[in-house]
Amino acid sequence: MLKLRDGIVELYRKVATSLPPDVEDALKAARVSEKKGSNARHALEVILENIRIARETARPICQDTGVPVFYVKTPIGLSRIELEKTIIEATRIATEKVPLRPNAVDVITDKNTGDNTGIGFPIIYFRETPESTLSIDLMLKGSGCENVGQTYKLPKEELKADRDLDGVRKCVLDAIHRAQGRGCSPYTIGVGIGAAKDQVTRLAKEQLMRRLTDTNNIEVLFKLEKRLLKEINTLGIGPIGFGGKTTALGVKIGVNHRHPASYFVDISVCCWANRRGRLIW
Amino acid sequence: MKEKIINLPLTKKDVMGLHAGDVVLINGTIVTGRDKIHKFLFYERPSKKDIPFNLSGTVLYHCGPIVRKLDSSYKVIASGPTTSIRVETYEHRIISSYGIRGVMGKGGMCERTLEAMKKNGCVYFHTIGGAAAYLADRVKKVVDVWKLEEFGAPEAMWVMEVENFPAIVTMDAHGRSLHSDIAKISGSALKKLIWKTS
Repeated sequence: MLKLRDGIVELYRKVATSLPPDVEDALKAARVSEKKGSNARHALEVILENIRIARETARPICQDTGVPVFYVKTPIGLSRIELEKTIIEATRIATEKVPLRPNAVDVITDKNTGDNTGIGFPIIYFRETPESTLSIDLMLKGSGCENVGQTYKLPKEELKADRDLDGVRKCVLDAIHRAQGRGCSPYTIGVGIGAAKDQVTRLAKEQLMRRLTDTNNIEVLFKLEKRLLKEINTLGIGPIGFGGKTTALGVKIGVNHRHPASYFVDISVCCWANRRGRLIW
Repeated sequence: MKEKIINLPLTKKDVMGLHAGDVVLINGTIVTGRDKIHKFLFYERPSKKDIPFNLSGTVLYHCGPIVRKLDSSYKVIASGPTTSIRVETYEHRIISSYGIRGVMGKGGMCERTLEAMKKNGCVYFHTIGGAAAYLADRVKKVVDVWKLEEFGAPEAMWVMEVENFPAIVTMDAHGRSLHSDIAKISGSALKKLIWKTS
């Protein structure tokens, strides 16, 4: 477990200080699509320069190292208790070593624990798989973008949103309009649809782990993702909310079965610094 | 893009010369303050002499930096802006009570703050969200810190010397806000997209 612990510390460092290539490529493509001399282009130039500096100096891309979220896939028979302990220990070490900003605040005393650990902090989800390898995915989800996420219950009359995928489309557009640039656009947007509130919020956030270049294997959702991306980019919010063509880099939708009486749609927004990575053990 | 050079502290006259859309490079001493500092200043109303530094004419930066403690000083590792709208409730009084001439952050603020900016002579500097390493390289020195123990490192008031710190004026003391301009544009685009039947 000691070696695994050090592996998780390194995963933290990698995720905090560098962006996945698909995200950086999308930002580069966005830069050339914005008008020369515009605030939008200026913002993307600074963002790309920041990514370079962070990678070269091994410093966090953003000072908000967010809430760490782990998606752990375990082979049959591996102790989750031990794994959880190892992740928490690695979190303490990474906070000091990388360094990460300590973000875990006790709700009762309002004191920061100083090491990014606390009740339900970091967030760890386990899933058992028939594979023989252990796979640990980490997302560092900044709170500026977390705060602009929304949950909708359909139908929603003021959006003319019925209980169907076109209703979902309207919710996503509304959520991004409400967010403006406050969550650090251009965004990656995760959407979760299903029967219960807790389920859709988790599902929406999990979509953010998907590569921007992947394709949804459900044809209807694939088309909706493409359409939404195009439509969001006509809103004119632009990078950092300065106006422009690039408000989002990708939209990813996941579905669960719903209850006849419920139609929940959750929208999880991720800032341009979509920090995610995987450790295979 | 031609940048305006800003040297702190700012006077009311300096502020009146700034307009929404101006690209600036800020030089001088700024202070950070986010959720807890705002709540504290708003409710506890410490007098100017109870605050260990002079806030008149300075820029209040919405930022919770990553700071490393060295032997006898601090080094800023990452220092991008945090979302300003969370302190909308408090900012108007902070501006009027403490003589701040600039508020800096990301995402912009709303009517009450814009009103206070107009009334007191203050502007909003928008810097690039998430560009934390890039912006930390423009912090030359940590001069001091207040409320570190009580509020924790992200929420403390850090006093920093910055050099050529880049920002764009998005809300000015003449009542103009680029944020409400953009929100209007996206609002009318949204209407078209929603009422268009699929």
